[in-house]
Amino acid sequence: MKALKTLGYVLALPVLLVLLWWASTLGAVNFFVPTPAALVGKFGEVWFGPRFFTDVLPSIARLLVGVVAAIAIGVVGGVLIGSVKWLRALLEPTLEFFRAIPPPVLVPVLILLMGITDSMKVAVIISGCVWPVLLNTIEGVRAVDGVLSDSAHTYGIDGWARVRYLVLPSASPQIMAGVRQSLSLGLILMVISEMFASSSGLGFTIVQFQRSFAIPEMWSGIVVLGLLGVAMSFIFQWAERHILRWYHGQKEVENAA
Amino acid sequence: MQPDPTPAPAGKTPPSGKTLPEVMLSVRGVKKVYQTDGGDIEAVRNLTFDLRPGELACLVGPSGSGKTTLLKCISGLMAPTAGEVLLDGKRVSGPPKKMAVVFQEYGRSLFPWMRVRENVELPLKNQGVPKAERDTLVDEALEAVGLSHVPRSYPWQLSGGMQQRVAIARAIAYQPEVLLMDEPFAAVDAQTRADLEDLIRVVWKKLGVTVLFVTHDIDESVYLGERVIILSSSPTVVQEDIVIDLPDERDQLNTRALPRFTELRHHVYEQIQLAKKGHRPAAAGSTTA
Amino acid sequence: MSSDDPASGGPAPSAGRDRRPVRRLPAKQLLGLAGIVGFLATWELIPRLGLIDERYLPPASEVILALVRDFGLTAFWISVGETMAAWFLGLIIAVALAVLLGFVIGSSDFLRKATNSTVEFLRPIPSVALIPLAVLLFGVKIESSLMLITYAAFWQVLIQVLYGVADVDMVANNTAKTYGLGRMARIRYVVFPTALPYLMTGVRLAATVALVLAITAELVIGSPGLGREIALAQSGGAISGMYALVLATGLIGVLINVLMRSIEKKTLSWHSSVRSEVIV
Ligand SMILES: Nc1ncnc2c1ncn2[C@@H]1O[C@H](COP(=O)(O)OP(=O)(O)OP(=O)(O)O)[C@@H](O)[C@H]1O
Ligand SMILES: [Mg+2]
Repeated sequence: MKALKTLGYVLALPVLLVLLWWASTLGAVNFFVPTPAALVGKFGEVWFGPRFFTDVLPSIARLLVGVVAAIAIGVVGGVLIGSVKWLRALLEPTLEFFRAIPPPVLVPVLILLMGITDSMKVAVIISGCVWPVLLNTIEGVRAVDGVLSDSAHTYGIDGWARVRYLVLPSASPQIMAGVRQSLSLGLILMVISEMFASSSGLGFTIVQFQRSFAIPEMWSGIVVLGLLGVAMSFIFQWAERHILRWYHGQKEVENAA
Repeated sequence: MQPDPTPAPAGKTPPSGKTLPEVMLSVRGVKKVYQTDGGDIEAVRNLTFDLRPGELACLVGPSGSGKTTLLKCISGLMAPTAGEVLLDGKRVSGPPKKMAVVFQEYGRSLFPWMRVRENVELPLKNQGVPKAERDTLVDEALEAVGLSHVPRSYPWQLSGGMQQRVAIARAIAYQPEVLLMDEPFAAVDAQTRADLEDLIRVVWKKLGVTVLFVTHDIDESVYLGERVIILSSSPTVVQEDIVIDLPDERDQLNTRALPRFTELRHHVYEQIQLAKKGHRPAAAGSTTA
Repeated sequence: MSSDDPASGGPAPSAGRDRRPVRRLPAKQLLGLAGIVGFLATWELIPRLGLIDERYLPPASEVILALVRDFGLTAFWISVGETMAAWFLGLIIAVALAVLLGFVIGSSDFLRKATNSTVEFLRPIPSVALIPLAVLLFGVKIESSLMLITYAAFWQVLIQVLYGVADVDMVANNTAKTYGLGRMARIRYVVFPTALPYLMTGVRLAATVALVLAITAELVIGSPGLGREIALAQSGGAISGMYALVLATGLIGVLINVLMRSIEKKTLSWHSSVRSEVIV
């Protein structure tokens, strides 16, 4: 009974919205809005053919490589900068400036420096996504509790062990917050780098459909991007729940008190 | 495992000013000045005392008298401005391996992302103690503090007193030769506190470890210690160093009811009042009563 | 983001005798300045030493000179104005919509449950997916920018408002009810003050996102503004000019950050329950 009610809550509004959409396409044919049936039909036809291998997969691969590299660079750099006081003071204003540059402007710059290549697209994603992770990690490392740090120190937990058992876990809530920002930024940059100058990839294909007024196809591309975003968000939430279980548990206890 | 030290000399003849046969921990002329932007703060002026192996000494002093500061110097977390700390004859320059510290802020001294068992185990794992030995040590330590039933809980799922017991278990499992405790029971309720006090005595006797126990509670210092070191108020020197000649077997009800307990308590109380008023001992740095 | 700023309130009574507020800042700022200078020097040297061709990465001095020259041009300020207008309008629309919907949805348990799946599904959709649609509907006009900006900024604010409304103390709310406060009065006196810190966080995050999307729309679609000028400079071979404009967008970004932080602080300084940011 309870499960049914939950299911109702989850599905009611989406179903209602789709019905509304369907009803709105019943009358005159709207050039901009395809019927749900047409969209679903196009979706399978357009994206589950060869295009899946020539456009979708390469895009996702570039996104993954870029985001993973950005996270790695951000965490390593953040731990380093966050642990060394003078280094932090030295670099922080410069890094804040880099973070403030809207990442899409890196696309023309990197095209200039690297040409229109796959590595340029990955570089765009890395150079945009690295800042949230880097700055959040610095913040997290800086905020390691003094007593905890002293405890670790007196038990001889130094060097790599300190990073592994103290610094990284302690900064993980902030790191995850940075990763979350990076993921959505990464997706945006993936699309932009392909829309701006490219001859393949998801972004390119969608713009291509739009230019040739293939409206249902264009919509199906928007849906693909949406699904990609939703999938990434769910994977992230799942990972976050596991990695930060202790953190959420602790917060709950604190809030209950 | 533990080199069996001479049985704890509790209740034996006081040192009475004679040179001690052996010294475990030696604090010599320690001075600490904090340099802040608002100017220098002299937390500790000149502290000198020795602890024999297997001794249980309590350190009492008014709030702000630099007890935590002293412990940080002894444990090598902070370098003293002047003077030195010797552990087993060697100068302390960083956290020594033989030493464990239990901090006052129990809630912040345990790793919240590790379960109870992992918290106790981590220092041993980091030392490269083999798994089998590690398991026994951790089991024994958890048993000793009465927490065998919650190894898989996270620290934040436990009550304050339990958390502090985890911190103590971690220190015990580490098998230190010197155990420093900074007002470890300041934030637990009275009943838990009594239990933990007895626990410390039991553990101390069993392991023969040298304990320096910081507290601001006069009763606690007299009940626990073989010796009470009273600090003056800031700028801090040793106000008095007295021997607690109570029977070795202590008991929350009977020991506290002894006339001698009351006398010692009075004495310590008076000394602290004097210290607060700024009265200085005749010779700063005297080591015996 | 950092909450280690004790100087935000009134004159806090200092506990220690000699503990004045931390005054070591100049050394830190000097070091930070040295960092910036070091960065510029490195940038200057890389093309000068020929590590990267000067045609692709002009020395810092040249770019800064170009930027200073831009500062004297009306065309530059018009572009800045266009970008900022899109940013501001988009942000305002997004905040207004999100606050309205957030308070309506948030204050009803039924609506909250019923919309949750839809919100969680629409929120992660990257706003750039709407670019082709925007082009079809509006072409290169400012409306294209507004559509993208509003969509992206809307979710940032909505989520925070929902968190904020959920944070309302049930006891306070019920107390208000028993004293006969109506729905509007409760929202005004109980819900809104609680949600305000969250709202401000949302607005701050949204402001950054809005700038990103404003530049994106100009860059990709070609709606008027700095982003379009950057694309034009790049394709026209005005490389120093392009880098100068990139620097300009960075400066705008810094300004927006500073502005939003100070607004957040001002709004919340009178507020009793300043809360730290929720990690969502
Ligand atoms: N990090 C620090 N920087 C500057 N001054 C400090 C610092 N830590 C302690 N002090 C000062 O040193 C003096 C002694 O502090 P300490 O914490 O050692 O006292 P305590 O005896 O442990 O007090 P309590 O019983 O309240 O814990 C105090 O005046 C305190 O203000
Ligand atoms: Mg203290």
